[in-house]
Amino acid sequence: MTIIAPNRVAADLIDEPTDRKRSTLDVALNFMKRQPLGSFGLLIVVVMFAAGVLAEWIAPFDPEENDFSAMMEAPNLVHWLGTDQLGRDIFSRLVFGARTALIVGFSAAFMGGIIGLVLGVSSAYFGGWFDLLFQRVLDVLMAFPLIILALAVVSVFGTGVFNVILAITIPLIPRCGRVVRASALSVREVPYVDAARALGFSHARIVLRHMVPNVIAPFLILLSAFVGQAILAEASLSYLGLGVQEPVPAWGLMLQGGAEEYATTAPWIAVFPGVAIMLTVLGISLFGDALRDAIDPKLRDR
Amino acid sequence: MNVPLPESATERPLLEVRGLAMHFPVSEGIVLTRKIGDVKAVDGVDFDIKRGETLGLVGESGCGKTTTGRCILRLERPTAGEILFDGQDVNRMERRDLVVLRRRMQVIFQDPYSSLNPRMKVGDIISEPIKVHGVEPDARRRRDKVRDLLSVCGLDPKFADRYPHEMSGGQRQRVGIARALALDPEFIVCDEAVSALDVSIQAQVVNLLEDLRERFGLTYLFIAHDLSVVRHLCQRVAVMYLGRIVEMADSDELFDNPLHPYTQALLSAVPIPDPRVEAGREFRPTPGEVPSPINPPSGCVFHPRCPMAVEGCRQARPVLRELRPRHWVACSEVN
Repeated sequence: MTIIAPNRVAADLIDEPTDRKRSTLDVALNFMKRQPLGSFGLLIVVVMFAAGVLAEWIAPFDPEENDFSAMMEAPNLVHWLGTDQLGRDIFSRLVFGARTALIVGFSAAFMGGIIGLVLGVSSAYFGGWFDLLFQRVLDVLMAFPLIILALAVVSVFGTGVFNVILAITIPLIPRCGRVVRASALSVREVPYVDAARALGFSHARIVLRHMVPNVIAPFLILLSAFVGQAILAEASLSYLGLGVQEPVPAWGLMLQGGAEEYATTAPWIAVFPGVAIMLTVLGISLFGDALRDAIDPKLRDR
Repeated sequence: MNVPLPESATERPLLEVRGLAMHFPVSEGIVLTRKIGDVKAVDGVDFDIKRGETLGLVGESGCGKTTTGRCILRLERPTAGEILFDGQDVNRMERRDLVVLRRRMQVIFQDPYSSLNPRMKVGDIISEPIKVHGVEPDARRRRDKVRDLLSVCGLDPKFADRYPHEMSGGQRQRVGIARALALDPEFIVCDEAVSALDVSIQAQVVNLLEDLRERFGLTYLFIAHDLSVVRHLCQRVAVMYLGRIVEMADSDELFDNPLHPYTQALLSAVPIPDPRVEAGREFRPTPGEVPSPINPPSGCVFHPRCPMAVEGCRQARPVLRELRPRHWVACSEVN
């Protein structure tokens, strides 16, 4: 084996990188072309966001106003999706319900997810007794199904939007922490983490800048699933009367009350909020899946 | 081949390793764990590295070379022994001293694919240590420094905007070198730094390491299993076997005149790049396999495989003796 290269000019110089700056529009068009299902999911999420944010301007009626002259009306030109047994416009309630679902679903999923992410990665990074203790605490929390734990939290803190968020956040933490820890364990052994330690970076920097970004792919999948789960959990809690309270419009609440009673005579009361929940959860999942592929630099330019 | 260095015999070595041992506990059971033994990855290693010198650490896989390097870098806490860097014990360092140590001592890893964070751009990878250590608080000057480091390492400064996965193995290894240089260290542990590269790229990176040594007055601990690379780059070479150093000498002396039977076996396994010579050469492989470091042989760890072993080799653990000037051998049978 010869070691001395004929000349010491670095051959790597020959491969000159090209400047490629892409506009936001290009990125967006590229995403649509590559991820048609994801774009469909994104569309649903965007529509839902728009509905939630612009509810006052979109909804034709006050969602809490009763119109006793128009009770249980089938969908028509005035009340597009009909009215419920108290004469409230279902379309307006759906639009305002989107706001509730968004606030509760996203806050709970993000809070639970981010707390779980940081704890899970830290647990894997520090190891030892911290890891062991953390795992046992997670085991205890995981022993309860999501909705049961959420019910327990609500029964301690009471109902209301903020407490519902808290009630859904807590059971999501261990579900996230567990999965994230597993991926973080493999990242911890990778040499770039050793390199970061050898460079004298703080524990916080190694965890947040070097490990967290490399477990973000499984985390994003989880997060999108969590938003869906959180919206479902909020609907369930509200349906059980332990979540958002009447007369605040929430999809779960809309399924409660008259919906069951009039399922055969006025099915629109239950069908539309049900469809809204289903479409939202589907859209978020599809978008989350596509986002994971798009965010990975290795998959991005393929 | 090697440039003789101006050296004064009285100068204190930059790095002194004394009786370094690293034993990893092996435990059994899931709930009630009990210790059933130790993997003696490193078991009593001594060596010095002078300022400006390159010491090669060679040996087969699993002999403890990498663990030795990790202990020096304080990525592992050794079971016993001292590592004195510029007179200070690395393992007793407090936080403040440790920050200084990190700036003076750096590492280049073997695998150029996993040693760079895939989520960071090359420019950020190199500028991060400069920023964290507050060497260059001004963002623009930091960017200039990154560009300088990239071109010093033979890369186009435009690579700063690339992600590691957009580069070849050799280019990535250059990024790893640039990152190691970012804090202007004095001492670099090259942990199999060229082993994962193609032969042609290997030669370029070895030359780059040599250039950098001259340019910045660096001191290297060069961990490798490729003997020809070691001979080319290192002034002195230490041979490890099963967690111990069996022979240490100046590079040419060790390769031309190996004294320890293990070193002789290791060198005879290097193929000769001439098919006629290679065909006519008698190759006697060393019998047996490397014993488990959990339960190493008594006395001299090489005795079960050694052609020269006598009864005494089973009992007494041989110490490193200076049999020729600057040529140390841990074997009781060689004189």
